[in-house]
Amino acid sequence: MVTIIYFARLREALGMSSERLALPQGVRDLDSLRAVLTARGGAWASELAGSKPVRAAVNQDMAQGDTRIVDGDEIAFFPPVTGG
Amino acid sequence: MAVRVQTEDFDAGREIAALRKGNAQAGAVAVFVGVVREMNDGSAVADMELEHYPGMTEKAITEIIDQAKGRWNIFDVLVVHRVGHLKPLDQIVLVVVTSAHRGDAFAACEFVMDYLKTRAPFWKKEQTPEGSRWVESRASDDIAAERWRSKG
Repeated sequence: MVTIIYFARLREALGMSSERLALPQGVRDLDSLRAVLTARGGAWASELAGSKPVRAAVNQDMAQGDTRIVDGDEIAFFPPVTGG
Repeated sequence: MAVRVQTEDFDAGREIAALRKGNAQAGAVAVFVGVVREMNDGSAVADMELEHYPGMTEKAITEIIDQAKGRWNIFDVLVVHRVGHLKPLDQIVLVVVTSAHRGDAFAACEFVMDYLKTRAPFWKKEQTPEGSRWVESRASDDIAAERWRSKG
């Protein structure tokens, strides 16, 4: 199982702040996980397919599409940050 | 070094005094205070909500401070960032850097802010007369952070 957390615009659009997911077969990095989520369609597709800017973190470190994912990871998807 | 994320306001004078207390080597203190503006992208901002990623926020800012310490001759850094409801004129963020001389203090303070803007997981949502909207990131912030890569 992995924990996926959504923030800001994504949390509102997806109607969900977090979920637990059994790591689907073949998912080894962020890009492949994002493809699985995008395939849910609707808001998932419009938020995660790539037309809107999305950033991600794995275990609370900024991550890239090829960042590895393993069972037990905490993954987060969010828009580019706007603090300060 | 200290990183605090809080809903309460802060008193910059008190924070500066606490950070440099007892350090007679600290000849320079550089301070940055970020404040909520009443206009953003052409709309009047009545109110703002700041969201963050608890845990990662503190971790990201701590890493930024560690980088600054590796790069400049500085004694200590304090970062206080507010979350929750904020209004125009409210203080959002405080960065305090102490060092022996001003050059290192100024540079490190600016570096910490530039990196915080692009790497620390905070998100602003503004209430305007046209409704609420998530603030979009600025290319100028990425450029500001990027230039530190090539700068000594």
